[in-house]
Amino acid sequence: MARTLKLRIWRGDDKTGALQDVTVEANHGEVVLDIIHRVQATQMGDLAVRWNCKAGKCGSCSMEINGKPRLACMTQISAYGEEETITITPLRAFPVIKDLVTDVSYNYKKAMEIPAMEMPAGMKPGEPRMQQVDVERSQEFRKCIECFLCQNTCHVIRDHEENKKSFAGPRFFIRIAELDMHPLDILRNRKKTAQEEHGLGFCNITKCCTEVCPEHIKITDNAIIPMKERVADEKYDPVRWLGSKIRRREEVL
Amino acid sequence: MATGVFSEGRAKISERTLRTDKWWIQPLITVAVLFSFIVYATWRALENAHYYAEPLISPFYSPCLSTTCVSGSSLLGTPFGHIIVFGMVLSPAFIILIFPLGFRMTCYYYRKAYFRSFWMSPPACAVAEPHAKYTGETKAPLIVNNGHRYFFYIGLVFNTLLTIDAILAFKNPQGQWGHMSLGTVVLLLNATFLWGYSASCHSCRHAIGGRLRHFSKHPFRYKAWTVVSRLNQKHQNFAWVSLIWVAFSDFFVRMVSLHPTWNKYFF
Amino acid sequence: MTLEKYKYDVVVIGAGGAGLRAAVEARDAGLSVAIVCKSLFGKAHTVMAEGGAAASMGNVNDNDNWMVHFRDTMRGGKFLNHYRMAELHAKEAPDRIWELEMWGALFDRTKEGKISQRNFGGHEYPRLAHVGDRTGLELIRTMQQRIVALQQKDQRETGDAEKNLKVFAEVTITEILKENGKVAGAYGYRRESGEEILFEAPAVVIATGGVGKTFKITSNSWEGTGDGHALALKAGANLVDMEFLQFHPTGMVWPLSVKGILVTESVRGEGGILTNSLGERFMFKYIPDVFKDKYADNPEEADRWYLDQDNNRRPPELLPRDEVARAINSEVKAGRGTEHGGVFLDVSKRLSAEVIKKRLPSMWHQFYELAGVDITKEAMEVGPTCHYVMGGVEVEPDTAAAVGVDGLFAAGEVAGGMHGSNRLGGNSLTDLLVFGRRAGMGAVEYVKSHGANPASDATIQKASAKIEAPFARTGGENAYSLHQELQEITHNLVGIIRTGAELKEAIEKIADIRKRSANISVTGDRKFNPGFHLAFDLDNMLLVAESTAKSAILREESRGGHTRDDFPGMNSTWRQVNHISSFDGEKVNIKAQELPALPKELFDLFDVHELEKYMTSEEIAKGGSK
Ligand SMILES: Cc1cc2nc3c(=O)[nH]c(=O)nc-3n(C[C@H](O)[C@H](O)[C@H](O)COP(=O)(O)OP(=O)(O)OC[C@H]3O[C@@H](n4cnc5c(N)ncnc54)[C@H](O)[C@@H]3O)c2cc1C
Ligand code: SF4
Ligand code: SF4
Ligand code: FES
Ligand code: FES
Repeated sequence: MARTLKLRIWRGDDKTGALQDVTVEANHGEVVLDIIHRVQATQMGDLAVRWNCKAGKCGSCSMEINGKPRLACMTQISAYGEEETITITPLRAFPVIKDLVTDVSYNYKKAMEIPAMEMPAGMKPGEPRMQQVDVERSQEFRKCIECFLCQNTCHVIRDHEENKKSFAGPRFFIRIAELDMHPLDILRNRKKTAQEEHGLGFCNITKCCTEVCPEHIKITDNAIIPMKERVADEKYDPVRWLGSKIRRREEVL
Repeated sequence: MATGVFSEGRAKISERTLRTDKWWIQPLITVAVLFSFIVYATWRALENAHYYAEPLISPFYSPCLSTTCVSGSSLLGTPFGHIIVFGMVLSPAFIILIFPLGFRMTCYYYRKAYFRSFWMSPPACAVAEPHAKYTGETKAPLIVNNGHRYFFYIGLVFNTLLTIDAILAFKNPQGQWGHMSLGTVVLLLNATFLWGYSASCHSCRHAIGGRLRHFSKHPFRYKAWTVVSRLNQKHQNFAWVSLIWVAFSDFFVRMVSLHPTWNKYFF
Repeated sequence: MTLEKYKYDVVVIGAGGAGLRAAVEARDAGLSVAIVCKSLFGKAHTVMAEGGAAASMGNVNDNDNWMVHFRDTMRGGKFLNHYRMAELHAKEAPDRIWELEMWGALFDRTKEGKISQRNFGGHEYPRLAHVGDRTGLELIRTMQQRIVALQQKDQRETGDAEKNLKVFAEVTITEILKENGKVAGAYGYRRESGEEILFEAPAVVIATGGVGKTFKITSNSWEGTGDGHALALKAGANLVDMEFLQFHPTGMVWPLSVKGILVTESVRGEGGILTNSLGERFMFKYIPDVFKDKYADNPEEADRWYLDQDNNRRPPELLPRDEVARAINSEVKAGRGTEHGGVFLDVSKRLSAEVIKKRLPSMWHQFYELAGVDITKEAMEVGPTCHYVMGGVEVEPDTAAAVGVDGLFAAGEVAGGMHGSNRLGGNSLTDLLVFGRRAGMGAVEYVKSHGANPASDATIQKASAKIEAPFARTGGENAYSLHQELQEITHNLVGIIRTGAELKEAIEKIADIRKRSANISVTGDRKFNPGFHLAFDLDNMLLVAESTAKSAILREESRGGHTRDDFPGMNSTWRQVNHISSFDGEKVNIKAQELPALPKELFDLFDVHELEKYMTSEEIAKGGSK
């Protein structure tokens, strides 16, 4: 049942670092996070790793395993061959703090830039009535566990540090989509700001965010592309633009 | 100055990617297929011949709008006359190919395909791209991609015409109705795939119902939206089948025009 | 090393549901607030809650109201609850849920467009507001976004988003500072850098959650190390009824990687059945007398209940958690368990694959991805896992003020009293909101009437010295192995079934580990060093374990989350007793304290015959206090 596992774990900080070879026992049915914990308890007492729930629910244990952005607690070791060496590194789109822990504050900054939901004036607690079909689209986006794997894999910032200031990233595009599709939110300039302030136009829909999302949120198909279409309604569609000048379309829809 | 994964502060790892799987296969196949298609289509457009074999017309040349078109192939008349470029007669294929081309160039799925495979931006997920700067679709010319819906509408016109072509294929070479041949099947499938491609389009999904905020107030459009959404999940498949089948249809018509007996009639 | 220093009106320790709700309340009242948490913002243990939040909104069954909810809560807690907390909770829960909706939460809906509510063990009517099976995530994200909204407001008004409301993520508090007998702030270290950090504040709210990591098999995350319980004890506050721990009946027991992880009760609520290795649906054998008239005693009626709830009794799989956990434990002990020491839980027989994926999406996902088990086709292997601590800081119900320490407040899982000897599913999430808000209000009130209370240098120095200590030693004990030893002890000796002799042994062994833990040394430097972090967490877990074992050995009866093999029955005289833990600097001491009696108007909400099962005849005769 037990097997011996060969690992390469990146250790270091923001100045230096290297992959270190480790050999460790592994049991049937274990996930990468179990293995890291064993390494911690037996060989590297100060190996830094972030985790919390160990059930794929909190989005803390994001790292790159064999080059792929993944949750360590959702990666079964049985997915790797007997002879394979598993390489584990921190996220590569964010500054590293130590070992497998990175500084993800970029994401919290972006969260702050998106205006919160606003209920219609005068609506009191207990009064909202919403149909299930009307909340379902937004509910999909609220499944997000903020693991930031999508942010990490998005080439717009992963490969271009300088874009960070003008690009909110897929996690926050689904947040904007969630609010724009919310049946009651009254802030109606979200399409315009998505394009002009949050950098929706940077996305070239290459879908890596969707590929890595552990919650299987269809980030591109259900949020980014619909938002691009909504932006087109407002900004790139002369017919609809004219229509909206004549009558307030939003109210009608 | 180093940027991307080699930026200041990020984990010092010298590899561009540590992926161990064969991530380059997918972009390679895309390049191979798209490139072959482009070469074939260009050659056929330049050939300016063998695109009509009563009653079959190649989708590359339909509708044939120029007076150079062979007789019988111009469903909508010939409003363009001769078009002369650099002293040469322009093939009528170019007049129309530009629209399907625009449709596909701005298609959300093909954008993914060519940005990844041709432009390598990025070649695969978590594989560093080779460019130093990136502005995406925020500037010209790529900003044009935001106008995909117009190409979608034009696409619908083409789908209609190509459907008519398929219906015309129920004639025999003598122009009598009520017959069916291999060519009929080929053109019918062609039209079906193209409709599938259009119906599963993201702009279509948006127009049908995606732009609504309250599905509950539009039950019919909601139903339609759910259907389109289901098709939409298969958009990539429709994109490839329809592309390959258009080329095959053209190839088939070309062969029939050279060897009329190849078009076996069932009845 | 330079010391980071901050001054706030209120410091909230914990960014789970309770902490965030407290912070919102205090900020709304105009105070400056710091929120401190051990993990990143939005990752607190609350995200793991699945089933839902109980509030008698009556959206699905309009017979529901706060009185029914109150009765259910008291019954679930076997009448050991602090009546006033249960009352406030039942009354205020609906408002707290509606308020979440105003802040952007998107609960599942009924046909009329109201918030949908689902059935859950121990609740008479469908009562749990939910979002699929990720209700905790919805709650915490909504609260997190509410905090952000308040910060955006401050940004607009003052130009600085974090001026009056700031989240200090990845900071561990190691001590509550006191000056002149009153709270003066909190001291801790940044996990990232290991550097020390000081918060001066006249009011501190503890909202640190549970203690699960004290046990070997637990559904809790690493944060559940009982920090708040220990911080409060050390600051001079009391813990109440620490013997009561809830073992959730259905934790996964196989495969290894997911051992302890929870299978939400909604799996049973939606129709999952429990069977032993012989294929028997064994729960029918374990319906206690007090519940005989509410639960079906045959499979036919139980099955009918899913279709017609008014004319049938509910299936015994939906008995309160302690009953189900004990039943599973008995089956396994009798040799009718599975190979890995659990029993089978199966939904695939009753529901179609499609319905399962729709109603229990994250369960399906969790089993499929973590364990390669497809619950639409096969049964799960489950067994009891340490889930929730009913005991906690003794507080004044209305203000959530910790008894005995001015300026200290506690809310959420870390506070005791509300749930009595056993918590009903879904009651925790609303507990967080109801008492989180009340703690916030209590702190505001206190700060307004008391003003600042700066910490002296000596106090700060002392707190700092404790953090330095483990680095000064070399070649001492390893924190990881001590932690494992502790977990073995609690699991084997203070677990779901207890005996006097085992508890005695446990108390001795825990004392021994505590002695050795004074000699822990840490390798590596201060920067994000988990060994160093564990050294502090371990100290807290030891205090909690000691308190639990010592309370448990005194309580000579079985009730709710405390089962004594040597005293199997429930005893009405014991119902009048709370166990109060306090700390004298060396060891935990326990004293018995009388439970406040039900006032007449609440007493009268019950059928006297029901109360007879729990109360002594004198209590019944009195008919509640005035
Ligand atoms: C798997 C699972 C499912 C559950 N399902 C339900 C359910 O369906 N319904 C229900 O009502 N309840 C449920 N519960 C129970 C409920 O989730 C918890 O009781 C509740 O979330 C506790 O919330 P809290 O705010 O008290 O603390 P937590 O959410 O545990 O947060 C504690 C906070 O305190 C911080 N903290 C701790 N120690 C320190 C320190 N020393 N310094 C600084 N910060 C510190 C932590 O970082 C964290 O932010 C479930 C629990 C589990 C484990
Ligand atoms: S689809 Fe857009 S947002 Fe998603 S990873 Fe690609 S570029 Fe980034
Ligand atoms: S959208 Fe998916 S990948 Fe992105 S942060 Fe949320 S859960 Fe993670
Ligand atoms: S530890 Fe929570 S997602 Fe992995
Ligand atoms: S055709 Fe591909 S998205 Fe419109």
